[in-house]
Amino acid sequence: MSSAKKFDVIGHSRRRVDSRDKVTGQLRYADDLKLPRMLHMKLLRSPHPHALIEAIDVTRAQAYPGVQLVLTGKDFPVPFGIMPVAQDEYPLAPEHVRYVGDSVAAVVAKDEQTATEALALIEVKYKSLQTIATPDEALAQPQARIHDYTDVGNIHRNQAFEFGDVEEALAGSDYIFEDLFFYEGDNHLAMEQHAALAKNEGEGKLTLWTSTQDPHYLHRQLARVLQMSAAHIRVIACNNGGGFGGKCDPAGHEFVVSKAALMLGRPVKICLTREEVFYLHRGRHPVLMKFRTGVSKEGKLTGMHLQTLLDGGAYGSHGPASTFYTGVLTPLTYELPRFKFDACRVFTNKPACGPKRGHGTPQPRFGQEVQLDKIAEKLKFDPAELRLNMVTKADSLTANWLKIGSNGLAECIRQVVDGSGWKKKHGKLPGGRGVGIACSSYMTGAGVSIYWNKMPHSGVQLSLDRSGQVTVFCGATEIGQGSDDVLAAIVAETLGISTKEVRCITGDTGITPIDLGSYSSRVTIMMGNAALQAAGRAREMLVAAAAEQFEVLPESIVLSRGRVFAAGDANKSMSFAEAVVYAETKFGTLGTVGSYTPPKPPGKFKAAGVGPSPAYSFSACVVEVEVDEHTGWLTVPKIWIAHDIGRALNPVLARGQVIGSVYMGLGEALMEEQVFRRLPPKLSNALVHKIPSMLEYKSITSLDMPEVEVYLIEDPDPNCPFGAKEVGQGPLLPVMPAVANAVFDAVGVRIDEVPITPEKILRALHLKREGKIARVGPEHFPDVPYVEPTFVLPPAEGGDGNESKRPDRKAAGKLAERTAS
Amino acid sequence: MNTVLKKVDRRNAQISLRVNGEELEVSFAPYKTLLEVLREDLDLTGTKHGCELGECGACAVLVDGVPLLSCLKLALECDGASIETIEGLAEGPELHPLQAAFSDHGGSQCGYCTPGVLMTAKALLDKEPNPSRERIKEALSGNLCRCTGYQQIVDSVAEAARAMREREVKA
Amino acid sequence: MMRLPWFQYRAPASVMEAARILAGEGPQGMLIAGGTDLLPNMKRRQQTPATLISLSKVAGLKKISNDSGLTLGAGLTLTEVVGASTVREKYRGLYQAAAQVATPHLRNMGTLGGNLCLDTRCNYYNQNEDWREAIGYCMKREGTTCWVATASKRCLAVSSTDTAPALIALGAKVRLVSSAGERELELASLYNNDGMEYITRKPDEILTEIVLPANNGWKSTYWKLRRRGSFDFPLLGVAAALRLAPDGTVEDARLVLGAVSSQPLPVAKASAFLVGKKLDDAVIAEAGTLAASRAKPMDNTDLDVYWRKEVVPSFVGYALREIRGDDMRALRMRIARQEL
Repeated sequence: MSSAKKFDVIGHSRRRVDSRDKVTGQLRYADDLKLPRMLHMKLLRSPHPHALIEAIDVTRAQAYPGVQLVLTGKDFPVPFGIMPVAQDEYPLAPEHVRYVGDSVAAVVAKDEQTATEALALIEVKYKSLQTIATPDEALAQPQARIHDYTDVGNIHRNQAFEFGDVEEALAGSDYIFEDLFFYEGDNHLAMEQHAALAKNEGEGKLTLWTSTQDPHYLHRQLARVLQMSAAHIRVIACNNGGGFGGKCDPAGHEFVVSKAALMLGRPVKICLTREEVFYLHRGRHPVLMKFRTGVSKEGKLTGMHLQTLLDGGAYGSHGPASTFYTGVLTPLTYELPRFKFDACRVFTNKPACGPKRGHGTPQPRFGQEVQLDKIAEKLKFDPAELRLNMVTKADSLTANWLKIGSNGLAECIRQVVDGSGWKKKHGKLPGGRGVGIACSSYMTGAGVSIYWNKMPHSGVQLSLDRSGQVTVFCGATEIGQGSDDVLAAIVAETLGISTKEVRCITGDTGITPIDLGSYSSRVTIMMGNAALQAAGRAREMLVAAAAEQFEVLPESIVLSRGRVFAAGDANKSMSFAEAVVYAETKFGTLGTVGSYTPPKPPGKFKAAGVGPSPAYSFSACVVEVEVDEHTGWLTVPKIWIAHDIGRALNPVLARGQVIGSVYMGLGEALMEEQVFRRLPPKLSNALVHKIPSMLEYKSITSLDMPEVEVYLIEDPDPNCPFGAKEVGQGPLLPVMPAVANAVFDAVGVRIDEVPITPEKILRALHLKREGKIARVGPEHFPDVPYVEPTFVLPPAEGGDGNESKRPDRKAAGKLAERTAS
Repeated sequence: MNTVLKKVDRRNAQISLRVNGEELEVSFAPYKTLLEVLREDLDLTGTKHGCELGECGACAVLVDGVPLLSCLKLALECDGASIETIEGLAEGPELHPLQAAFSDHGGSQCGYCTPGVLMTAKALLDKEPNPSRERIKEALSGNLCRCTGYQQIVDSVAEAARAMREREVKA
Repeated sequence: MMRLPWFQYRAPASVMEAARILAGEGPQGMLIAGGTDLLPNMKRRQQTPATLISLSKVAGLKKISNDSGLTLGAGLTLTEVVGASTVREKYRGLYQAAAQVATPHLRNMGTLGGNLCLDTRCNYYNQNEDWREAIGYCMKREGTTCWVATASKRCLAVSSTDTAPALIALGAKVRLVSSAGERELELASLYNNDGMEYITRKPDEILTEIVLPANNGWKSTYWKLRRRGSFDFPLLGVAAALRLAPDGTVEDARLVLGAVSSQPLPVAKASAFLVGKKLDDAVIAEAGTLAASRAKPMDNTDLDVYWRKEVVPSFVGYALREIRGDDMRALRMRIARQEL
């Protein structure tokens, strides 16, 4: 009997609650909204990568027929930023522009055409500054500062942590593998371009409808930047036409459109063009990585020193978190007794990078999984066996103090190995064909909020009335992942009704309890647990009222399929609505709340808050490829992926998240890249996005996408609602390295960077034919002035989770000898 | 910015259209494409836009039964044309089999590419009631989707085709 | 939303009327057929005609006539070209080229004539006005430098039409009509190797017809290199048309490369080399090398420029092997991602 049988709703594939509006074109995204007397806004953007604004003359634009308002940087004295430590961005740049596309002025007019025409009438005088195009330049030119609020040159963040003495572990290893990898940056390319509509309501109050994943954080930033009471601001997160992390940051245009609406007393709307979305960016950081990994001859990891260098672009964004994430989640997948990471993020004159699906983790995951493939090759292990022998265990602590709960990774590996016919294929396929494997893990919600507080991460409010209607309120945001469906399903299951009977009101800071937002795969667990509590409390009232009515013990009351009845007595049954009437009679107006706060992380050292999660998901992936040895042309005919989801609340949607993650990972593996063009510096300062269009920023089409075989591994996690862990991000992570490893299996060349293009494969094949090292990837890691690491003893070495002094290496060695004897 | 602001005739243009079976007259700024007229002058915002340059397929509608990109169709050239948009796909309160299949089989996640995909798929099934998976992928190869990885879209179209053939047999 | 600039709109009913309006408007007037090339360019302000002269109401531009050869109206959509059984059966290279242009939607809109007149492309040029301002514009519009090769005296924008190489290989001619009269010319001579002056059509001429000679035993094919199975313009097009004797000896050959120059590039030396030979592997390889020597891809489109040159012989080989009769279906599937 499958576990789903116990439930009426959970575990059954169902039509999602918001699908009807989506398939009928009735769903209103932000740009679909229209209000009486609405005006339109366009932004003027810097054509210079790095410059000072010497003067702005807006008089001609202001006088242009149809123009209502022109705003510039002087109208916005307060900066913003999603992270409290990186408030470094202005809605309109007051004096310093830092990339081509930085916004400097706004025109509000009767229509977009008029606003666009008026932009051309604004005259801006710039003074060019030195262009910093790459991290190498950022490090080499510390005097040409893009920001002056950080400690050193163009270094934004510099973080270093060491969990156990890694050099000692490496010295004691049978092998040390040292590899460089590079992961190119890429954009979310959500189909919906960001749009926002602001309206002045009541006495100086503001309502903003916008395509945001995080209405709560935006709400706080709006209050700060507009210098008004947060209680007078209402942010309504419209359904996002895709987010993927690209709508997590507050965006400059959201402040400008709000200010304009308040000043004019008329609604003002803006919708970015696709090019502007590429400038807003906040996408995957380009990361250069160096792995030094110790391995025993039994194929176990002994220690790892990981160094990362992130190209952050022009602003902070989520950068402080992104920088941590290039390190902290690394020890979750395989047992790693000691771990050290140095991570540095630098500023460059390009659009700011930020969080994209997998936030900071795909890059080191790519590196580690390709390196493991090299380790297996050298040690003559089967790559799947090597991994299976070192997977982390359930209910364990990693060296860096992350608490793993349920862990289905071993089963994931077994499933994809069996399903793909791995043992018959790996090393055995003829003619340029090959298979590669990789695994991953990801967090089910960040354990700590972006700003420090002890309040709940998610709140849910439930109201029921005598009509039998159930309305559930939550600040969580539907970005396409199905969060409304999760909310409805949990409430419906708990109350014994169908999801059709539950009305979801979400993502509205004016009427829904706070939820931190749709990021870090946190919604199912956090909103779900809050919903479980709220619905559980409502259920208790219904049960009490029904038990009284039937004159039975509350324990015998069952709520199922729209009925409330006493178990074992067919005469004692009523409809759900009747039960609500009795409950309303007994308790008065019915309403319950629930909230959720994640458990305290076990680590106590400073910055131990980044990485902990109430639960972790695990994935394993096998990719099959065909490589043409004459051209390097790469084809991916099939992908197998297993994902440890804990429990699938709605399997058809869960599978959709897995396939969608595989799709996006495959795009990053093969073609997606946010790249820039530097014109010859002798002739020009220009540094432009090379391809800010849907045509030239390549994303996979229906014809390029292979069939994906999905295995959902269901081992319910006790920290999660009905055991359901995350599924929206984790399954992306193993795809890129599995492609690289499959290319090696096919033609024996290593591509140590993404995207993996036919040109790189052919270049590596030429090197192979010439007898050289058959590898294309980064050759050089610059001299990064990393800081001294915070040292923390791992749990297995008797640490208490606090920062400590590094144990004396000699003494430790003696201790080891004693232990050995 | 180098735009030369020319003296032009800025009066509205007017055309007749048949939109989802309804005859109507619409007055609009003549530089507008069909996309802009549908969304802004007829308030039919079900048709989406992702690039306005013919690079994504989000704005696909049927013009005289043929799937086109409304972002590259001058509204002026649509005088007398019959336009089908997502708003007209359902048969009264009944979902079109494609809409039902997309709802049941994960064909729509964020929903933003969905109207363009559905209208394109409708044109396919109107002409080819029993397309192979490969044929479905070809027909939808001008519609980018960032959520689904296309697999459940193809599943949904195949399922709708099956349901429509079944309905045909019953009728 | 990207919007078109203001323009005047004319919709003549006949070719002659269109030609008269075109002549009257001078350089400020532009023809619009499918609009799939012109309208994006106008939205990006690459082209800002004061008047659009629509060919949508012009009668007679959609004819398909099978006389001694095949005459195709310039106003046929690419979908209509692909759907024409004569094209599919007798002019396979054109069928394969037209079927790989852009996407199904764009083929439903874009015309054959439009694809032949397609503006040359360059990723320093096919950008919004703000972007072009950020690089100080380029030679093709409002600037002076060709950023692809800053020493270049001419614009290096790329000919990106799929159908032109296929049609040139098939020996097509085109008919051009102006208010002063009409002329027919070899399609190959419609083009110049100059990214700006890429077309020899005079500003007052309208391309009305494409005339193909009778098939007479010619076999043709078209192979397209692009990143994805859809959307993308060619990074390389290889069109081949050959007439083979019953014993397989090449009697006549026309190889044309696309997207490696500012014009479709007939590779005469490689074509001449094939004549009198049988298509064995060595001959095919040599023809590939000869063809590749003429290809000059530039770093102004997708993928690595050296790689694009390096794979020319392979793609020429695919074309010649298909004509030889090899089963190329699996390879075609891997390259084109669809049956053709």
